[in-house]
Amino acid sequence: MLSKVVKRIAISIPVLIGVVLLIFIMLRVVPGDPVATMMGEHVNPAMIEKISAELGLDQPLYVQFFKYVGNALRGDFGTSYRLNRNVTQIILESFPHTVKLSVLAALVAWIIGLVAGIVAAIRQNRLLDRLFMGCSLVGVSMPVFMTALVLQYVFAFKLQWFPISGFDSWQAMILPAIALGWNSAGSIARMTRSNLVEILQNDYIRTARAKGLREHGVIIGHALKNAMLPVVTMMALQISSMLSGAVLTESVFGVPGIGRLSVNAIETRDMPLLQGTVIFTTIIIILGNLIADLLYNVLDPRIREGA
Amino acid sequence: MAGRYEENNNVQNPSALQAEAMGPDYAGGIHGMEAEDIAAQIGESETWLDQIKTMVRQNKLAAFSALVILVIILAAIFAPLVAPYDHLEQSLTDRLTHPCAAHWLGTDELGRDVLSRIIFGARVSLTIGLVPTLISMVIGTVLGLCAGYYGGKVDFVIMRLADIMLAFPSLLLAMVVMYTMGGGLINIFIALSLVNWAGTARIVRSQTLSLKEIEFVEAARSIGVKKWTIMFRHILPNCLPSLIVLFTLNIPSAILSEASLSFLGIGAQPPSASWGLMVVRGKKYLFSEPWLSIAPSVAIMIVVMAFNFLGDGLRDVLDPYLKEQ
Repeated sequence: MLSKVVKRIAISIPVLIGVVLLIFIMLRVVPGDPVATMMGEHVNPAMIEKISAELGLDQPLYVQFFKYVGNALRGDFGTSYRLNRNVTQIILESFPHTVKLSVLAALVAWIIGLVAGIVAAIRQNRLLDRLFMGCSLVGVSMPVFMTALVLQYVFAFKLQWFPISGFDSWQAMILPAIALGWNSAGSIARMTRSNLVEILQNDYIRTARAKGLREHGVIIGHALKNAMLPVVTMMALQISSMLSGAVLTESVFGVPGIGRLSVNAIETRDMPLLQGTVIFTTIIIILGNLIADLLYNVLDPRIREGA
Repeated sequence: MAGRYEENNNVQNPSALQAEAMGPDYAGGIHGMEAEDIAAQIGESETWLDQIKTMVRQNKLAAFSALVILVIILAAIFAPLVAPYDHLEQSLTDRLTHPCAAHWLGTDELGRDVLSRIIFGARVSLTIGLVPTLISMVIGTVLGLCAGYYGGKVDFVIMRLADIMLAFPSLLLAMVVMYTMGGGLINIFIALSLVNWAGTARIVRSQTLSLKEIEFVEAARSIGVKKWTIMFRHILPNCLPSLIVLFTLNIPSAILSEASLSFLGIGAQPPSASWGLMVVRGKKYLFSEPWLSIAPSVAIMIVVMAFNFLGDGLRDVLDPYLKEQ
């Protein structure tokens, strides 16, 4: 088990390095001089050269890369061009908002998804099943920004139950969380349903029923436990889609999170900030996938013992 | 000759996932009992075209989705004939009119007919859905074939690169490419083509791994057929069913990516009739004229849903194994 964990972590390291390298290269093949772009058109070349030297942009690419990785390992992602502040600091200020949003969205997705999936499986092929699965299909196909705009229009503007934007009170967090969790809720519901339906056909379920167990006892005590395995992993894997969906949700509701930070960085051509946010987000996702894998190992005795 | 033989072999098309789940040794066993059982069930002579016909008969939802897609494609091609107005025609006296007989979906802030813009916008979305998806899948297929067939270092390098690409959320990676190259539709083409090949590469690779062990490939190799010919004439045709399914399911995600990038203001630029751009432009008027952003959103949703249904239907008949993914 331990060797497997170590092996799995070891696989992640080259991927991590590759991710950093790829982003690093992609951001540096930008046509034109980054300093010239940053300063505007009419700046004298001597000034540009001086600033390039200050930022270390005149050094060869590989030197820049190793310096960057070295600093990043110490938690320093460089200095933002526009805000003239440490990127790590900026990220750490906005990241808690994104975490809050993603965690709430995950809760929404899990609760709606699991309940809808379980109910649909129990009422298989009946009205509620059709209704929930229809909704989940629509949910999966809805663009995140559409869910966000519809929620904003109906619940914040028409019904005035929630504030239209911002993220400073718990009321303000509800709509963004639902908007972000909606898609995942759809996929979790579909997966829960199909797993549960399959498991309910097993012999041991028939045995449980035959010995007089009540239906909810059968579902909760026997079927659900086994149906949940792949769903749990999937829920952990949703971190990736949550973090990229957060870019859109944050921009609709004006949440000052890391997603909006990266969009701002693109708009203001702030390369170190974009680099920092993208690398940071990707590291979180790689860690999330790692945890999902390990979780699966812990939860599923077949995989655990087959190791 | 070889082509016909392989077509019949489609049903033995082993799943990427299954082969992977069973470990590297599994490939050899693919040709045994199991494949023959499946072949017997489906009917040895059935080609994937027959299977698609079966789907049209049995899966009404998928067939209906195919019809919807066809209508949208036709509307996009004949947009100037179908749309009531030109998508760029401004009428400053008719700004922000509510939906009415003359403008079914109202007009935007420059007096352009929203319905006409949506119809013309289908061109943008469908091209984005089809072209970069095709390019990225060609890249993925070639790399996957090479990785699977050559193995060793080639395999290692390609698959580690794929791991890296798959570690990114595709929207984030596309954002980085857009930063590098700037906004605009052509750049979205390039961004999405570069970003989405890894998934295809993975699936083609594992199918190649199993297929290259099967006798017909061995036979071709033993009579001295060249490697590239084996890869493209003998192995590739057997990957086609999965590729068709994958293609159908990749289209909606490309469409969503374009819409998202345009929505964030780093994709299509005005006056393009991109749906994502229309949504974000209409967002300013969300509380007074909600249809401006909701109507193009619904258009995106319908197209995405249609492709998803069709993809699901195709997967059920062409590649049941892929479903487990």
